[in-house]
Amino acid sequence: MEEGGKTATLWLRALRARLLRYRVPLLAAAIALFGLDLSLGGNGLGAVIALACTALVTIVLAEDGQALSPAQPSAKGAASIDSMSALDLAKAVQDPLYIFDSSGTVIYANEAAIGAFGPIAPGVSLQLKFRAPEMHDFIGRVLKEETHQSTDYAERVPFERAFRVSAVPMGKNSGLFVLLFKDQSEARRIDRMRADFIANASHELRTPLASIAGFIETLRGPARNDAKARENFLQIMQSQTSRMARLIDDLLSLSRLEAKPYFKPSERVDLRSLLQGTTDSLSHVAAEAGVKIDLDLPNGSLEVAGNRDELMQVFENLLENACKYGSSGGRVVVSASTVDPSSGKTITVTDFGPGIAEEHIPRVTERFYRVEVEPNNVQKGTGLGLAIVKHILTRHGAHLSIRSKLGEGSSFTVHFPPG
Amino acid sequence: MEGQHTIHSFDEELRNLTNHIGGMGGYAERMVEQAVSALVSADTELAKKVIEDDALLDQKEREIGEDAVFIIAKRQPMASDLREILGAIRISGDLERVGDLGKNIAKRVTAISEARQPVRLFRGITALSDLALAQLKEVLDAYASRSAEKLGFVRDRDEEIDAMYTSLFRELLTYMMEDPRNITACTHLIFCAKNIERIGDHATNIAETVYHIITGNTMPPERPKEDKSHRIVAPVPGAGG
Repeated sequence: MEEGGKTATLWLRALRARLLRYRVPLLAAAIALFGLDLSLGGNGLGAVIALACTALVTIVLAEDGQALSPAQPSAKGAASIDSMSALDLAKAVQDPLYIFDSSGTVIYANEAAIGAFGPIAPGVSLQLKFRAPEMHDFIGRVLKEETHQSTDYAERVPFERAFRVSAVPMGKNSGLFVLLFKDQSEARRIDRMRADFIANASHELRTPLASIAGFIETLRGPARNDAKARENFLQIMQSQTSRMARLIDDLLSLSRLEAKPYFKPSERVDLRSLLQGTTDSLSHVAAEAGVKIDLDLPNGSLEVAGNRDELMQVFENLLENACKYGSSGGRVVVSASTVDPSSGKTITVTDFGPGIAEEHIPRVTERFYRVEVEPNNVQKGTGLGLAIVKHILTRHGAHLSIRSKLGEGSSFTVHFPPG
Repeated sequence: MEGQHTIHSFDEELRNLTNHIGGMGGYAERMVEQAVSALVSADTELAKKVIEDDALLDQKEREIGEDAVFIIAKRQPMASDLREILGAIRISGDLERVGDLGKNIAKRVTAISEARQPVRLFRGITALSDLALAQLKEVLDAYASRSAEKLGFVRDRDEEIDAMYTSLFRELLTYMMEDPRNITACTHLIFCAKNIERIGDHATNIAETVYHIITGNTMPPERPKEDKSHRIVAPVPGAGG
């Protein structure tokens, strides 16, 4: 039964296609027949009958050996290529794709395009959406010359991306054009990543290396026989080397994140179990710092769209920071709010430590920015933890807000987008 | 936007006007981006290009102004059409200022790059300019997609820029106190930071204009904006710090 229905729809579709294909001669025939009939003094009925016959012949007559019955599906369930439209193809393309007309108005944007560049209102022109000068020149060239063109397009904010863009007219004289974006960010980012890694690593490793070299010199020279100084120096050297190791870990993880192509998170992550897991895995850090981590999560769903491993890293970094820098408060609270479902979920990590001075708050997510604390505490972090957090959250469409008051503690809140 | 008017060419004219704003916005965004990148990498060639580009942006503004006057005179538009046209004039004015600020940053590149500067001086500037550029992109995207939802958010984020600017001001002051040889570069950098902060203000202005174009209302007033750098003083050594 269902099979019959499918055949019928296919047949109807082929019928329509054929009538459409011959609409010009059919229309001409209709006008001619009516004109003839009326000039001969008829009332038009004869023309209608003649036209019906013509249409029937058009439908039934096979063209180039093509049978009228729609091409039989070659495999089970597969439709014939003739019955597919350009829109079906555009939908299937995994790269951002736009179809626009000769005035530059966007007619169709596929899902990848909406994912990459955000929704676009119907009737908006392409020049308004892609404002970079080279894109303006490019679109102007395409519309004027109506030939295949391509160019490079790069974006800096919200994150760095690079595309190879090409545009082609669709068919002949259709007045429509296709614009296709090929993501080139990865190749470019890997190049940049290498350069950045070397620059950052060499710059940041130089200081601890210099201090270790200094201690070695002292140990071999003036302090050769001083057992007390030796113990002291070796301790500092050990903490320096472990910091260097951590620094390399963080640099690698940041570089890896930057090299990853942008994705739209499709996985659902349950924050409740994730936070529980993170807290458990950090229990030794908390114990070492003498801090107790309290989870204060409300009932109800705490699911967000995201990548589990990356979000894990976000909360690990936030909790670790809270334990490290807020240890004097003795307590760290993780709370969640889902007050307004339309505004999205938030998770807050609060410590009751010394707090961050106002002038540092906007800067703490910058790479290698460190809040100056007492000299003996300087070695605690790598200056990359919050930069990593910020990077991951940007990829998730989420953002971090920081509130802090000196002497009372700090709270770091992650705002997830609704949905 | 399409097909609202019986006279089709009116739609065409309005569309052309908004497209020109788009083009101008892209140009201004690019100028700021290149100015900051020239600053950070001490690229005097790129800086020269930015300075030359400013003339083009000025010309674009004049063209938009002329087109707008022409449309008003010819069509005598009302309500949303009039808002659209007046909005275009206002936005082009703001974008032209953004270009000027970008050009001013580019002009300082030569002075700053005369001596080799430590990287740390520029870290804050890059972060600040990323914030301002993100704002600018957000408002122009809102203008393109005609969605007023994100605009309030843009204006709130301007506070973030102000706070960052205040912090940067303080940091640069410290570098000057550390070493007098830093004074030339740091003074210029403070001006650059101020320019970027003002680009953020222009983005906020554009956000308000776009809100008015889309909704016909003015944005609800909640603007506690000010940077606090006017209160910062360098501590005098020996005065108890």
